[in-house]
Amino acid sequence: MSAPFRLATGGRIDRSKPLRFTFDGAAYTGFEGDTLASALIAGGVHLMGRSFKYHRPRGFLTAGPDEPNALVGVGASQDRYTPNLRAPVVELHDGLVAESQNRWPSLRFDAGAVNDLFSRFLPAGFYYKTFMWPKSFWKTVYEPKIRSMAGLGKAPTAPDADRYTQVYAHVDVLVVGAGPAGLAAALAAAESGRRVMLADEQPEVGGSLLHDVTATIEGRPAAAWVAETLAALEAKGVQVLTRTTAFGYYPHNMLGLLERVTDHYANPDPKLPRERLWQVRAGEVVLATGAIERPLVFPENDRPGILLADAARAYANRWAASVGKRVVIATACDSAYRTALDLKAHGIDVAVVADLRPMPIGPLVDAVRAAGIRVEAGTAVTGTRGRLRVRVAHLSRLDGRGGAHAPEPVACDALLMSGGWTPTVHLFSQSRGKLRFDEGLQAYVPSVSVEKERSAGGCNGVFDLAAVLADGYAAGESAARATRVRAPASRAFPVDGTHPVTGGHLGAVPHSRNPSAVKAFVDFQNDVTAKDLKLATREGLRSIEHVKRYTTTGMATDQGKTSNMNALGIVSEAIKAPIPQIGLTTFRAPYTPVTFGSFAGASRGDLFDPVRKTPSHSFAVEKGAPFENVGQWKRAWWYPRPGEDQHAAVRREVKAMRSSVGMFDASTLGKIEVVGPDAAAFMEMLYTNAWAKLGVGRCRYGVMLREDGFVMDDGVIGRLAADRFHVTTTTGGAPRVLNHMEDYLQTEFPHLAVWLTSITEQWAVTAVQGPKARDVIAALVEGVDLSDAALPHMSVVECRVCGVPARLFRVSFTGELGYEINVPADHGAAVWQAVYEAGQAYGITPYGTEAMHVARAEKGYIIVGQETDGTAGPDDVGLGWAIGKAKPDFVGKRALARPAMGAADRKQLVGLLTEDPATVLEEGAQIVADPVFEVPARMIGHVTSAYESPTLDRSIALAMVKGGRARMGETIYIPMPDRVIAAKVVAPVFYDQEGARLNG
Amino acid sequence: MLIIRCPICGDRPELEFRYGGEGHVARPAATEALDDQTVADRLYMRTNPKGLTVERWRHVHGCGRFFNAVRDTVSDFFVTTYKAGEPRPDLDALKKEAVR
Ligand SMILES: [Zn+2]
Repeated sequence: MSAPFRLATGGRIDRSKPLRFTFDGAAYTGFEGDTLASALIAGGVHLMGRSFKYHRPRGFLTAGPDEPNALVGVGASQDRYTPNLRAPVVELHDGLVAESQNRWPSLRFDAGAVNDLFSRFLPAGFYYKTFMWPKSFWKTVYEPKIRSMAGLGKAPTAPDADRYTQVYAHVDVLVVGAGPAGLAAALAAAESGRRVMLADEQPEVGGSLLHDVTATIEGRPAAAWVAETLAALEAKGVQVLTRTTAFGYYPHNMLGLLERVTDHYANPDPKLPRERLWQVRAGEVVLATGAIERPLVFPENDRPGILLADAARAYANRWAASVGKRVVIATACDSAYRTALDLKAHGIDVAVVADLRPMPIGPLVDAVRAAGIRVEAGTAVTGTRGRLRVRVAHLSRLDGRGGAHAPEPVACDALLMSGGWTPTVHLFSQSRGKLRFDEGLQAYVPSVSVEKERSAGGCNGVFDLAAVLADGYAAGESAARATRVRAPASRAFPVDGTHPVTGGHLGAVPHSRNPSAVKAFVDFQNDVTAKDLKLATREGLRSIEHVKRYTTTGMATDQGKTSNMNALGIVSEAIKAPIPQIGLTTFRAPYTPVTFGSFAGASRGDLFDPVRKTPSHSFAVEKGAPFENVGQWKRAWWYPRPGEDQHAAVRREVKAMRSSVGMFDASTLGKIEVVGPDAAAFMEMLYTNAWAKLGVGRCRYGVMLREDGFVMDDGVIGRLAADRFHVTTTTGGAPRVLNHMEDYLQTEFPHLAVWLTSITEQWAVTAVQGPKARDVIAALVEGVDLSDAALPHMSVVECRVCGVPARLFRVSFTGELGYEINVPADHGAAVWQAVYEAGQAYGITPYGTEAMHVARAEKGYIIVGQETDGTAGPDDVGLGWAIGKAKPDFVGKRALARPAMGAADRKQLVGLLTEDPATVLEEGAQIVADPVFEVPARMIGHVTSAYESPTLDRSIALAMVKGGRARMGETIYIPMPDRVIAAKVVAPVFYDQEGARLNG
Repeated sequence: MLIIRCPICGDRPELEFRYGGEGHVARPAATEALDDQTVADRLYMRTNPKGLTVERWRHVHGCGRFFNAVRDTVSDFFVTTYKAGEPRPDLDALKKEAVR
């Protein structure tokens, strides 16, 4: 397709390199150097999307990242599709595929546009007012409807095919923004020889100088000066990052930068990541982020073809794209006169410049008049016409009393506006610097810094080019010298061909039309009008933070870049309060949207989280075991035989283990070695039990409390020597327990000579459990008398197993005769295999975590974190016996003596047997005392563990029930959605209550 | 991301540290003859001031040491850090210093 609006000459595009692309399926051609926006404008396209709420046709407003309207989805395939990109910052490449958003069925005809006709039913705050009743309608009717109508883009349906990397950098000086101020700042900082990084979001450095075709700096055209300066910076070793947005300013001068590496290539090098996330820690920061032009808030200011004046100038000068053939300019600021002059120089018809100011003066105004362009002072646009593109602007002379005279219609195909400039203080504000409202500029400018930073140029409220360059240089120098004191500009940049710019307007433009019948847009992306803001103030909202949330102004993805100051102006006028009194909404990171991919970086798929595998992992994979995730561990859940489901496998495993022998990989148990002359004294303080008299070679079940007396962890602890304990913890609890131990050792008991070492990863553990356990391991263990007398239940011996050093524990978490063979982790798989082979004669059965859980529940052994929830004391879970009452002190001892800890109605551990033995309760289910109850029912406890017990051939459960031990034999009730289940309270040990089998 | 000064290792990024609750809270040891209210206060009541507060931190991904820190809850910034066992600094003096 031809490009009827491509200017014959000029621009920074390479006309020898045409690029083909499509927008909504139609083919277009642009050139290298184009953006999607400039190429479409050259092709005469302005209709880019439908607005969020009213589905009004919208076009480009800006030429940069502040664009609120022209949001597009880009990507030829779903795995490389990105929604909500701003067309002015999408660089064109050959084959680019883009589509408009928020329209159905098509962009030119959109069904949602009926919202515009019914807009009087959609006032400010309507989400709050309308959809509150009936409550049940929210999920079923309102929310799905609103979502389908209001979509801003579509999320891609395929996983992201690209790669993202993350980089950390440390620099002495970071300069954000490479316009005139940033370039000058980097020059000054580079002179000092310090490490300097210069980052700019655009594909090339230069900022506003890239579309300034008249200014000269130090005798050279602006573009030439930019090129020379860039070369000088690179020669001095400055790291220049283009296509890199500084999106977040975090404490202590940490800035987040997003570098777009490959999006502008048609066929990117597959070795390159799509984006790099830079985390830069800077000694000093110079913010040179420029300024954003404000729209004028006049009725119907949102038609396609209505753009910001300087954006139109940029499209013409930088991209040789004309926004129209005949333009009208509406302004309150001198800068729009530059647009008039530059467009006229390109041969574009400038019909009229309508200036809100009663008497605009100055060299730019004179130059426009001298060029023969009609200038109307004291004149506003009070309305526009044109369905999918502006075609008439109504110009009205202001009557000086807040209204306007009858309008003069002026035909045009583009209407350009300028309400002046707003300093881009987003990063400064994110750094928590304090802003100050400058009455002269009518703008917020940086005032008091919190971080080591300074602002320069447009973002500092400095707009004259010579002053901007000097301000930038001085900022760069003060940053290099790490001082907040700004030296008098030690370098002046002689500038010509440019004029100072004054003027601006905050708030709505006066008109004499029916205020309830017109829409003058303030926030284009969220469809907020001047009327909405005035309504909010009439309904009593005063703070801008409240007005913002009520009307949603400034809350869209552009964060109100073009709208915030106009909103303030309107509220200020409506409530007759000066702007500083109304406040300014908080700026938050990110400055512009950042992809999730860049935050995730390499942490995707297999690399999302580390995976910890046990020594028997390959064995379990071979046996087809499913795995249970326990923290980062992969644990075999059960070992199915052909044709078995979970239920059958677990039943078989438990029965086999109880009748003959089973084996279980217990390597994931946390293990800590407590060593030192004071090891026993330390153990006395950290566990409730008594340790001093525990003999070498003996084990004890230890209970660890927090200082508040609640159970924190438990485990079997073996004494290997007078000064050495082998402590085991719950699988998930090891880091927490070690931190707890270190805390007390370092801060409360620093006088104790003890060393703590995590040995979880060092020792692999094969548990062999069942009546035949001794027979299985006898052949593998060297030189140890395994008899009951020599190695009784709860003992430990250091020996060799299968020829490798071992710590052999006689312990049981199943209630059967059992051993846990600890060997160095490297030998874990071999020993596991050896036990498996030695056990064949006895039909040894590997069992998984599910059978382990069932077996321990049959015995009433608690799992900390399942039976306990951080509010269970040791007595509550039946561990009162493990408290060393004679001990003078231990962590949690004093708290246990508080009256509440001994109250009779505390939740206590009990067993439950359902009336129907086939019914297995649901873990977490609540318990009531009476089957007939009113909602909300008074709950007396909850189910903590519930299984079908293969050993008892019926269901069993453990529960925490108020005053449970006094309820033995009572029937209690578990209400479920479809019925109420009755269960009898029993002792929590279901099998072998006397523990005879342990000594098998 | 804050930079925190470990009294052992020096300046390190926040990610290496873990918060450890309010500093200088005495442990309700069993040997002490404390009434139940005092025990409850020590276990559960914390000061939560606006301004300078004393906290415990651990350089968990570094030297592993617990230490104390004075932090300003308004600005979020650390004012000073010191080793466990050293006395609580004079917050009023620190406040004056911060103003200067
Ligand atoms: Zn350290």
